[in-house]
Amino acid sequence: METRTKLVKGPGLLLVWLYGVMTVGAVSRSIYQIATEYHRAPLAYLLSAVAAVVYVFITYTLVRGGEAARKVALVCCGAELVGVLTVGAWTLADSSAFADSTVWSAFGMEYLFIPVFLPVTGILWLRRPRVAESPRTGGDSALAS
Amino acid sequence: MLVALTVAVSVAALALAAWCGFAAYRDQPTKDWHFIGMAVVSALALIQVVVGIVLVGRGERASDGSVLFFSYLLGALLAVPAAGFLSLTERTRWGSVTVSAGAVVLAVLEVRLHDIWGG
Repeated sequence: METRTKLVKGPGLLLVWLYGVMTVGAVSRSIYQIATEYHRAPLAYLLSAVAAVVYVFITYTLVRGGEAARKVALVCCGAELVGVLTVGAWTLADSSAFADSTVWSAFGMEYLFIPVFLPVTGILWLRRPRVAESPRTGGDSALAS
Repeated sequence: MLVALTVAVSVAALALAAWCGFAAYRDQPTKDWHFIGMAVVSALALIQVVVGIVLVGRGERASDGSVLFFSYLLGALLAVPAAGFLSLTERTRWGSVTVSAGAVVLAVLEVRLHDIWGG
């Protein structure tokens, strides 16, 4: 554990908090909608579920920390951004595309546009490697703190 | 009754958000006084949960259903304490920013709660 670079510090804490909130929001929304009214808008609810899985995964990798987790989280933030932009543009272009709104509809307007800002902030936060110049020494914990 | 409480929780939450935002602006971590503020806001949220249970117990119904109503009540109850605990692990201005964000989340949940209850 000591060798992992902490990602949850400074601004990272705010990031993890917001990802946590989005995780709780998206997961509970998906469970509720899929359990109670799945037939009404299957595609929209499945998309919300996908968003929920992405949020869970990013939150987990951020909390876990370490260089590998940082890279995985970076890729996921990219995928999340693509997802938000695609679904957002799609819902704006054709408002009848989904029978009900998803977490990412209209770029996440129902969620104060947090879904579209979060991946951008995440990418900025995660872009920089947190290890020393020689990445394989394993002695990066001292530099991390 | 519930509407008055919703307004009270929202106002208290926004005040807490501003207060902790100010602490962050002054480069300060959350301190004892902030935690007392969080306790007050959380107590209001707890009263709201109790009133919600009593109202539903007396036969009133949220227009969007009880499951949604109670899950939002639970979320509203946990938002500020969760952010508060996180701020204990980060004794810098970023702890204060996180509590501030948690209070804003609570205010948003209150708006949604109002819709869920009243339609």
